[in-house]
Amino acid sequence: MSYLEVTNIGISFGGLRAVDDFCLSIEKGQLYGLIGPNGAGKTTVFNLLTGVYQPDKGKVELDGVNLTGKSPVEINQNGIARTFQNIRLFNNLTVQDNVKAGLHNQNSYSVFEGILRLPRYRRQEQAMNKRAVELLKVFDLDQEKDTLASNLPYGKQRKLEIVRAMATHPKLLLLDEPAAGMNPNETAELMETIQFVRGHFDMTILLIEHDMKLVSGICEELTVLNFGSVLVQGNTGDVLNNPEVITAYLGD
Amino acid sequence: MSFISYLVSGISLGSIYALIALGYTMVYGIAKMLNFAHGDVIMVGAFAVFTAMMTFQLPVWASILIGILVCMILGIVIERVAYKPLRGASPLSVLITAIGVSYLLQNLALLIFGSSARNFQSVVTLPAWQVNSQLSISGETMVTIIVTTVIMIVLTLFINKSKPGRAMLAVSEDRGAAQLMGINVNGTITLTFAIGSALAAVAGVLLCSLYPQISAYTGQMPGIKAFIAAVFGGIGSIPGAMIGGILLGIIENLSKAYISSQLSDVIVFAVLILMLLVKPTGILGKKIQEKV
Amino acid sequence: MKAMNPMKLFGSVRPATKNKTITYLMVLIFFGISGILVQTGSVGSLFTGLLVPMCYYIIMAVSLNLTVGILGELSLGHAGFMCVGAYVGGIFSLLTKDAISQVWIRFPLAMLIGGLCAALMGILIGVPILRLRGDYLAIVTLAFGEIIRKVVQNIYIVSDKNGLHFSFVNTVNPASIDLATKEEILNGPMAVSGIPKDTTLWIAVLMVMITLFVIMNLVDSRSGRAIMAIRDNRIAAEATGISITRHKLIVFVTSSFFAGLAGVLYAHFSTITPVKFDYNMSILILVFVVLGGIGNIRGSVIAAVILYALPELLRGFQNYRMLIYAIVLIVMMLLNNNAKFIQFKAGLGRKLFRRKAKEAA
Repeated sequence: MSYLEVTNIGISFGGLRAVDDFCLSIEKGQLYGLIGPNGAGKTTVFNLLTGVYQPDKGKVELDGVNLTGKSPVEINQNGIARTFQNIRLFNNLTVQDNVKAGLHNQNSYSVFEGILRLPRYRRQEQAMNKRAVELLKVFDLDQEKDTLASNLPYGKQRKLEIVRAMATHPKLLLLDEPAAGMNPNETAELMETIQFVRGHFDMTILLIEHDMKLVSGICEELTVLNFGSVLVQGNTGDVLNNPEVITAYLGD
Repeated sequence: MSFISYLVSGISLGSIYALIALGYTMVYGIAKMLNFAHGDVIMVGAFAVFTAMMTFQLPVWASILIGILVCMILGIVIERVAYKPLRGASPLSVLITAIGVSYLLQNLALLIFGSSARNFQSVVTLPAWQVNSQLSISGETMVTIIVTTVIMIVLTLFINKSKPGRAMLAVSEDRGAAQLMGINVNGTITLTFAIGSALAAVAGVLLCSLYPQISAYTGQMPGIKAFIAAVFGGIGSIPGAMIGGILLGIIENLSKAYISSQLSDVIVFAVLILMLLVKPTGILGKKIQEKV
Repeated sequence: MKAMNPMKLFGSVRPATKNKTITYLMVLIFFGISGILVQTGSVGSLFTGLLVPMCYYIIMAVSLNLTVGILGELSLGHAGFMCVGAYVGGIFSLLTKDAISQVWIRFPLAMLIGGLCAALMGILIGVPILRLRGDYLAIVTLAFGEIIRKVVQNIYIVSDKNGLHFSFVNTVNPASIDLATKEEILNGPMAVSGIPKDTTLWIAVLMVMITLFVIMNLVDSRSGRAIMAIRDNRIAAEATGISITRHKLIVFVTSSFFAGLAGVLYAHFSTITPVKFDYNMSILILVFVVLGGIGNIRGSVIAAVILYALPELLRGFQNYRMLIYAIVLIVMMLLNNNAKFIQFKAGLGRKLFRRKAKEAA
């Protein structure tokens, strides 16, 4: 069985079958892409995988653990972290605190230990600060660690979301249009960063993207989604040259 | 008094709640906010009518008209001054502002009219209907039920058949799309507040005729209960507000009669909590999916 | 060894610790000086009588700010928790007046019990409404505040040699009571009388310091970050593995505990009747929080002191007090959300900052 094994998940909204019989297999350490025209249901798939929506059928398994029906909090605790299509940062917290929020579950000191400033609090806070800066350095954000997240420029906000997701120590990282709104330079830098993350953290990554340069540049395999159903699956080169895929994007 | 008479007065009270709940639900559905001050607009309407009748000795029909006019203007002013500038703000800010407006109205009334309750002369001149030896229905009760029924029918027709009414529906569905379709969103929202406030004025007059006392706090409890009714019936749904209001009035009255008049409020609140736990969208409400 | 410049040492400390220390110092200095002025008789009884109430209003404001400013949810029933604490703590002291004659044992127990009961009420109310947000939460907390007040207003407790007698309806049936040893404990709307006046200024200030210590440390900890994350973006917080229900409960319990504590201080200082813990008081505290800055703990302290003292010192103000509070609420909200005003505030901050930087150089 693959690392991420998704079997026949689906969901309807009112009368609309938004996602139907969606299947996906991703191996450990893969860089996988989920593409398709706008409105195909890609973010809905992400929401199904992360527990924001509950699938009305099918199964989701990560590293042998059945995640179907679990809440978003449980799913994150079981190893899936994500970023959002419309950036969702903790705007009134600093960059560093956003990352430390991600480190929440990596620490265990209780409310009382925190209030009374007992040794475990001090130890773990120090470690958190160190870890947060380490992670921020990977993404070249450590200089802005005391800036308010809402004051960061757009591109850095997107990166911060990824740092926060990485802080939760996931097994699988879901990136929802990480390059949205970026210029070619930023996109190239992002491509390098994503590959670095995969290598350095031994991360498995599933990303949604519209930027074909990024998709063809770093994704090893793709699934194409159209009208909520899988159109084609396979390695990147084959998929992108598939005439059906081209039709789906460009029309007849 | 018999079960039927409690039921009838419950329907009457419930109709008033329904009228008030309509104002809440329309504003919530269209302006996407909880107008906390709505209950106090009721009080203002009642006081306007009271002043017109007592101080200026105007005939009943003129006083009521004045009350409706005053409330409509008040509602529009509140919307323009306090709510419109906060359209993009956090729900917390809007809520606090609404509380501020409510508090302002209450305390203005306290200053102007003093803290002791006054006697309100019922505007209804219809004599009670002696149905049989057991059951007598007061003129106020009959008028309340008839008036609110008529208003609800007219309102439903207006919303569904008239252009401004359908504009309100459109804005409640999708404000951005409505604007792109050429609908005057600001005007529609203002109209919503105006209609809601006018209904509040009528509710105020009926309420004070049914329970003939008026004070600065007259609107607070009915306002809260009407909001509960709107949530009960499904916030944003007009038929829901009507059903919720009447049901709540019946529940409250029967609680007062058969359990305890002190605990009737507690029971009403308990109904709200139960509803929010079981079906938060209310009887007729639809589940709104948050876009993630 | 190079001499240590104390200011430089202070500067190298974390900003959060710096802020907290400033707040503690402000409280200690203000009440310290006030206390001395009172002792030396330099101030009139009017001001003296304000000092203790300032303390419990500070505690109310800070605890409400935890819910409104840090968690981002509006609670309109805060006075209800103060009510619970006041009654439970007050009745405890009344009942144990003879059994535990040492104040320094009895009073802390009263405070603890009052606070814990209020916290329990916070859980009872919090659990069913955990999934509610925004408007619904506000209305439900309002409803609970009113319910608590109404329930307390209708309780009658009388004690005699046989123990305690409760009634919800009326002054307890005289026939069942041994009139010789009868003692009224809780007389419905007339409430409790005879609670020992145990609250002194230094105890009240100590409680303020404890409240600030707990709440500020909570905010500046992993739980605090989680709570603020929930405030800033609930969906992202969930996706980051932060449990919404657990942290909401932490806030409700803490906030209501301290409100109860404030209530105990109040009960042992002046007379309490249920009508005092009404919607008006909840709004009053909300005004303190809004004016001091939503989320700004130090601001709540300052606002509580100034706004409580001001109307008392300006007698003519009295009638218009609540009207002015209402206007203040509306104006503050409009200003806080007005882009021009936000820029103006930032500009002011920059001007002040530049001066400080120049001085340090």
